[in-house]
Amino acid sequence: MIYNIPFIAVIAMIFIGLYAVLFRRNLIKIVIGISIIESGVNLFLITLGYREGGVAPIYTSLPEGTQYPGGMVLPVPQALTLTSIVIGVAVLALMLSLVMHIYKQYGTLDVRKIRRLKE
Amino acid sequence: MSTRNIVAVLVFSIVVLFFVFSALLIHPFGDPGSVKMDDHIITNTQSETGANNGVTSVVFDYRGFDTLGEATILFAAVAGVMMIFRRVKK
Amino acid sequence: MSEMSKIVRTIANVSFPLITIFGLYVIAHGHLTPGGGFQGGAVVASGCIMLLVAYGSTWAFDHIKEKRLTAFESLGAVWFIGVAFLGLFVGGIFFANFLVGLKLFDNFTLFGNIPAVGSTLADINTAGVLPLMNFAVGLKVIAGLFAVVLVMAYASSLKEWKK
Repeated sequence: MIYNIPFIAVIAMIFIGLYAVLFRRNLIKIVIGISIIESGVNLFLITLGYREGGVAPIYTSLPEGTQYPGGMVLPVPQALTLTSIVIGVAVLALMLSLVMHIYKQYGTLDVRKIRRLKE
Repeated sequence: MSTRNIVAVLVFSIVVLFFVFSALLIHPFGDPGSVKMDDHIITNTQSETGANNGVTSVVFDYRGFDTLGEATILFAAVAGVMMIFRRVKK
Repeated sequence: MSEMSKIVRTIANVSFPLITIFGLYVIAHGHLTPGGGFQGGAVVASGCIMLLVAYGSTWAFDHIKEKRLTAFESLGAVWFIGVAFLGLFVGGIFFANFLVGLKLFDNFTLFGNIPAVGSTLADINTAGVLPLMNFAVGLKVIAGLFAVVLVMAYASSLKEWKK
């Protein structure tokens, strides 16, 4: 049970992010919670492809005595995590620019006071 | 105890239930079982693509279509930010 | 925002070429060492944003036209798709790696060597289409990230936006 610590860390990060999205009132705190959930999902993708005692799948100057398919870590989850990180950056940029626009229009960042469509 | 708080606690407990149920079925850490696609990629990277880096050859050659979609997402994000701040000029 | 003191501006001037050279090294050796287009592009964009913070966003927005930055980003995207379509015309499949093992003239290959199987130290002339696509994606990431931060920093320093 103590050996599965990366999976327990993934569960803890997703729960903290979900708590920040559901129970907080400030808009910036909600955006931070969404970013924490994305970090937890990226960590989960990487820990899916780990082999015991493996090295990185790069052939330039390997350490002595590593076998090719058996002693290397899986490369496909790392490629998917790269794409996911870039998507997280793009979504964060759009979210923050929308929050700036809302603040200039309403004058407050409280989620329970931004209710009606202002004309 | 408003209705919003009750619905939020209900959603949270349902998500906790799903996570606990699926944490009992996952493979242990460090032992992914038998993976045939990744073994084929690791042994044939240098002869098919000519690159020494396995991760770069997966990102740009074996799965280049996903990188094309990601470049489109970057372009859409920059276009969206430029459109939101269109009136803030000199 | 206004500019920072003279010490900060001097240190930013000295360390900007070092950061740019390291970022271009990470982009160019993407097929030999860990790195590639996205990682190297993020490093160079961090160096540019450091200059933006040191000199103030009002000075930077007056001297840098963001139409050129968006033109650079579009150039990177068109180059990426152009290389993919070139694989369709020459190789027969979309995204085909057509430069591996292709000899153009007598002894000249454009990124066409094949390294020996095993733990070798390959030279930079290997890996087919991958260095061209690395460079296109790196250009796209640099221009995109710098343009987004420039516009958001200028918009947050104004008192009110004109209608």
